[in-house]
Amino acid sequence: MGVEIKVDNLSKSFGRQLIWGNVSLTIPAGEVSVMLGPSGTGKSVFLKALIGLLKPDQGSILIEGTDIASCSEKDLYEIRKLFGVLFQDGAMFGSMNLFDNVAFPLREHTKKSESEVRDVVMEKMDLVGLIGAEDKLPGEISGGMRKRAGLARALVLDPEILLIDEPDSGLDPVRTSFINQLFIDLNAQIDATFLIVTHDINTARTVPDNIGLLYHKHLAMFGPREMLLSSEEPVVRQFLNAQTVGPIGMSEEKDADELAAEKGFAMPPLPPIPLQLEPSNGVPRRSQREPGAWCRDNGVTAPPGSFQANMSMVTGG
Amino acid sequence: MSSLTSQRALAPIGTAGKLFAFGLDVARSLFRRPFQTREFIQQAWFIASVTIIPTALVAIPFGAVIALQVGGLIKQFGAQSFTGSAAVLAVVREAGPIATSLLIAGAAGSAIAADLGARKIREELDAMMVLGIDPIQRLVVPRVLACMLVAVFLNGLVSVVGVAGGYVFNVVLQDGTPGSYIASFTALAQLPDLWQGMAKALVFGLIAAVVACYKGMNAAGGPKGVGDAVNESVVVTFMLLFIVNFVMSAIYIQLVPPKTG
Repeated sequence: MGVEIKVDNLSKSFGRQLIWGNVSLTIPAGEVSVMLGPSGTGKSVFLKALIGLLKPDQGSILIEGTDIASCSEKDLYEIRKLFGVLFQDGAMFGSMNLFDNVAFPLREHTKKSESEVRDVVMEKMDLVGLIGAEDKLPGEISGGMRKRAGLARALVLDPEILLIDEPDSGLDPVRTSFINQLFIDLNAQIDATFLIVTHDINTARTVPDNIGLLYHKHLAMFGPREMLLSSEEPVVRQFLNAQTVGPIGMSEEKDADELAAEKGFAMPPLPPIPLQLEPSNGVPRRSQREPGAWCRDNGVTAPPGSFQANMSMVTGG
Repeated sequence: MSSLTSQRALAPIGTAGKLFAFGLDVARSLFRRPFQTREFIQQAWFIASVTIIPTALVAIPFGAVIALQVGGLIKQFGAQSFTGSAAVLAVVREAGPIATSLLIAGAAGSAIAADLGARKIREELDAMMVLGIDPIQRLVVPRVLACMLVAVFLNGLVSVVGVAGGYVFNVVLQDGTPGSYIASFTALAQLPDLWQGMAKALVFGLIAAVVACYKGMNAAGGPKGVGDAVNESVVVTFMLLFIVNFVMSAIYIQLVPPKTG
């Protein structure tokens, strides 16, 4: 059914360098959320903190009443069974073929017979389109296939929460669209809570129910997709529309002089908000909202041309 | 600034503490079920396969050198009839465990550190933890036990091959008599020598595996990090093994009286 993740006042530093501080958000159960941020803002660190691979310095992460940040090792291993995680490169076990990789969690955690294991594995392999490649070793296949195999392994224990680290890095646009469609279809099918970490704007604009933006060592904003896409907040606006004008610079945030020099430039108008991806079978997801519903409820006028079918995916203006 | 210097100065103590803590984690996981029998057998087979031939090849010249040195010395003392005894003593007490430790650290330890280091930087270990499996229980414990088992067997191999090599050299090159070489075997050597050789090998196997696993699992910084981890694990293991060998020898000599008559 999906599980809610409640993050409260989370901070993490490596040595003396603060990665991010005061991050508080609630990732709603059963919805698809995307975490965005410029390169090097600790998005992957955030993901690792959520699964307890990195201990945060401060704050709490509540999942089904257990605080990941302070619970015992034993509870941590227990709670991790709720998670499916797709790592950037798939993180397949190099010494096993794809079938054994996907079967690994089943063999370790369930008492299923080998034929039952086979059925489940083949079902998941079919889901990600890898039928016929089960005997290959991870070293013998392309990055995209590794990623899909990693997804099959993450799905095999029917997770309540699916964490996905940069599903689109190193994939071509067509495969990226396919994998995005797959996430939406999966969400419709298993109702798990999805958190996708990415910096692909197209993914962020069309896939999620909620968007969060990490920037300059804090969480700039987290909320429904339409709220961020119609936001006038300079950082959010700059990032979601991939513009050079705004507070984000090439290396880190711009300094006061640069910002002052930009004062004269008006930010380009907000581009129209695209429609959200829908499940391919046409049956709406439980968490799906009507296009424009948030804007209407909150009295925000969406940019002209929003929510029209077949609109251009091109961002910026 | 002063805190920075003291931090640097204390860093090795911190590392030693972490290594020890890692060893305790391994000891605790030892008793956690299910025991990974399959992984244990695979690893034992793998470690044996990479160490047996080099060990045998190292043991022959090792035994020969001891036979040459001891044989020459003993001749000067005029006690040729004890050549065999002295060679056995040297091989079983010291050379066996040391040759074993060099090979366990050099061949098995480096292979383990490289394997775990590669898994670490490919995020395989993270993936394993996320799948709810403790890599210490799943990967490290079987490796440590396999290393200890193989070390004990290798120690036996080195002892046999070393003594045989010494025999051949003594008889063929130094004109020793076969009869006196074999007859004097038990003149100085005793059964506890064999036990302490095995105990040393067991401890050396443990140390080599724990250090290799620790270094491998803490590899950082891409492929170069794996190379560094392998390098460090071999160097650290060598140093630890020679120190531990000295301590164990000293304790043994205190505990077990030398054979008289």
